[in-house]
Amino acid sequence: MLDMTQTNNASPILEIRDLRIGGTIYAPGEKPRDVTIVDGVSLTLARGKVLGLIGESGAGKSTIGMSSMAYGRGGVRITGGEVFVNGRDILRDSPARLRGLRGREVTYVAQSAAASFNPAKKLMEQVIETSLSHHVMSRDEAEARAVTLFRKLGLPKPETIGERFPHQVSGGQLQRVMTAMALCPKPDLVVFDEPTTALDVTTQIDVLAAIKEAIRDTGVAALYITHDLAVVAQIADDIMVLRHGKTVEYGETGQIIHAPREDYTRALVSVRSQEHPEKPSGGNPVLKVKGVTARYKNVPLDVLRDVSVSLEPGHTLAVVGESGSGKSTLARAITGLLPPSKGKITFAGRELSAALAGRSKDDLRELQMIYQMADVAMNPRQTVATIIGRPLEFYFGLKGAARDKRVQELLDQIEMGRGFADRYPAELSGGQKQRVCIARALAAKPKLIICDEVTSALDPLVAEGILKLLLDLQAQEKVAYLFITHDLATVKSIADSIAVMYRGQVVRYGPKSDVLSPPFDDYTDLLLSSVPEMRQGWLEKVIVHRKMESAGN
Amino acid sequence: MSRIPLSALIGLAVTVAFFVAAIFANFIAPYGMAEIVGDSWEPASSKFLLGTDTIGRDLLSRMIYGGRTTIFIASAATVVSFVVGSLLGFTAAVLGGWMDQGMSRIVDLVMAIPTLILAMVILTVMPTTLIVLILVMGLLDATRVFRLARAVAVDIAVMDYVEAARLRGERLGWIIFREILPNALSPLVAELGLRFIFAVLFLSTLSFLGLGVQPPLADWGGIVKENKEGLVYGVSAALIPAFAIAVLAISVNLVADWILNRTTSLKGGRGA
Repeated sequence: MLDMTQTNNASPILEIRDLRIGGTIYAPGEKPRDVTIVDGVSLTLARGKVLGLIGESGAGKSTIGMSSMAYGRGGVRITGGEVFVNGRDILRDSPARLRGLRGREVTYVAQSAAASFNPAKKLMEQVIETSLSHHVMSRDEAEARAVTLFRKLGLPKPETIGERFPHQVSGGQLQRVMTAMALCPKPDLVVFDEPTTALDVTTQIDVLAAIKEAIRDTGVAALYITHDLAVVAQIADDIMVLRHGKTVEYGETGQIIHAPREDYTRALVSVRSQEHPEKPSGGNPVLKVKGVTARYKNVPLDVLRDVSVSLEPGHTLAVVGESGSGKSTLARAITGLLPPSKGKITFAGRELSAALAGRSKDDLRELQMIYQMADVAMNPRQTVATIIGRPLEFYFGLKGAARDKRVQELLDQIEMGRGFADRYPAELSGGQKQRVCIARALAAKPKLIICDEVTSALDPLVAEGILKLLLDLQAQEKVAYLFITHDLATVKSIADSIAVMYRGQVVRYGPKSDVLSPPFDDYTDLLLSSVPEMRQGWLEKVIVHRKMESAGN
Repeated sequence: MSRIPLSALIGLAVTVAFFVAAIFANFIAPYGMAEIVGDSWEPASSKFLLGTDTIGRDLLSRMIYGGRTTIFIASAATVVSFVVGSLLGFTAAVLGGWMDQGMSRIVDLVMAIPTLILAMVILTVMPTTLIVLILVMGLLDATRVFRLARAVAVDIAVMDYVEAARLRGERLGWIIFREILPNALSPLVAELGLRFIFAVLFLSTLSFLGLGVQPPLADWGGIVKENKEGLVYGVSAALIPAFAIAVLAISVNLVADWILNRTTSLKGGRGA
């Protein structure tokens, strides 16, 4: 493929001119109306280069990515502009020509590899499928190429991994297999649609490094779509910042992250830099977890092993670790949903009964929970007033006007103001939904709120707003947070103390300043070093200096 | 409630007409239910709009009175099946564990026996009164509703908002009626229309077999039974109740479809 990068660098592989994409919304009980999803976007991509498309959800990133295959997902229409791939305007190509393009000249890596593979077929069959159907190479050649790619992408046992089924490899590995699948037919352009968003930070950098190396070695051009600027800074040559379907800023990576011209880009660049001074310790802990061991029914393995942490009133304890480390299980043990088999939990001076059924109304009231997915944490058939008002009614017996007044006070506290009380959750944005969940927890006047990954489903700027709100509310209400997250940047901006969990155990625990200063144990080092930093060349440095591999590998 | 689609309007009008005719049968029917007013199997005329039946009773009057019996029993049986089936189904889904297993297996056991045969056995043993008929039909149908309600509720019961309600300390009643029921309503309403029609058909079958509504009381199944011999002589009297059953079935389902559309909106039916 080396010859490709040398010859013909002048003509771009992909050129998009003034692209417009629209769709029609068929809302029930309303006239269908047209909306513009992408509005006048132009870009060029030369051979062997990587362009990062970045923006929050709804910015039109994926839609632009799909347009390079002349494809509109879910009834989306390309209404104007031109898309040139290898010098041909593919928007005017016949369906037969498009079939020749898709999976041959342009390939695609989806966000959720687990949902994109056919679970009934072996990996190798799926990886070489397009190469065979486009007659790019023979089956033997394709399989040999797939194995080479598996090896290049750092997959274990590259010779035999193709014999496995999708459920037999981990999420990070599957994402790399998908990358191999995209690269196998020797395409000219690969569209990566948030390939690392669903992965743990520790796994993310492995996949990221593998993708970067594979792009460099094969010389393909790539569109890399993500909402994380720090990630795209590692891999892209140029970056385009998108918002509401329009280009905000388009430039070379160094310029975007070091000298952004637009306010919106500046906000994206500085999003992770919020600092939070550690509060002085002192006073009796509101929550003491001692030697808790727990396992799920029918699982012959302790998910939590001898976990001990404590939390002072008005403080934040962050529980960090990758998925499967037992963070959420710890929350379930504290709330009583999963009674621990050993150990005890003391809350506000009282020992909590292990099972939920044995707890008093005050125990339940003073320990509230906020969930990761705000839209399933609220009953879609209840209005905001009912959702927030129910705890008031249930715990304090507030009714009628008194309840409505308190609901409005809470809405003001979460900075939403008037006009939301009789809305349904479906009529709120993602950030607003999470705010309502916060108000619901706050309505019970709790001493402790367990926050389970509350910001990980949100766009960075919205997430930052939620974190600020949580800190403000903590200052006003003196409520303690048990903050479960896998994102260390979040931890830095909210925590007073930190517990690092790894395979069901607390491997490092203490005040934030201690936990985040060296010397580190191997796992904390891995976790800390895996958080993408907003500078170029960070990825290569980390890969060299890591002490251990992630558990997902 | 701004715009009602045409199909729903037609369905609504026909369904309402059937129910009005049933309720005000005494005033609408030209003759008495068991009154012999003419010769057997007289053709339709201005005197007897649909003709007469096998022993000379006015068919239109019998159809109207029969509709009253049929619709009343079918509605009552549907209500029984829905109240019993969905309450038990929700409870099984929320409680889980042994309660769920026990209830589900009993329901499987009942469903394993063909409903018609089971109903025939019970009805031959028990006195065939209206109450018995309604309870037998309702309880046998409740097994189907139980299965649907449980399946729907199991999916809802694992949602975070139900967990949040449990953590708040809510009782079973609140969880079932306020968290699960509103979210399970759409499939249940769709099922309601279907179940009502199955109840009409089931009752007609039982009556046709002589185990349902007993003479001289009329119901549509019974009218078919009384007039079936006429078919051989080209008398269409037996087809009229069959036609009525079909029209009622279609119109009730048109209404159920429309209600289903409205209740699936997550924005309180406000559109947007």
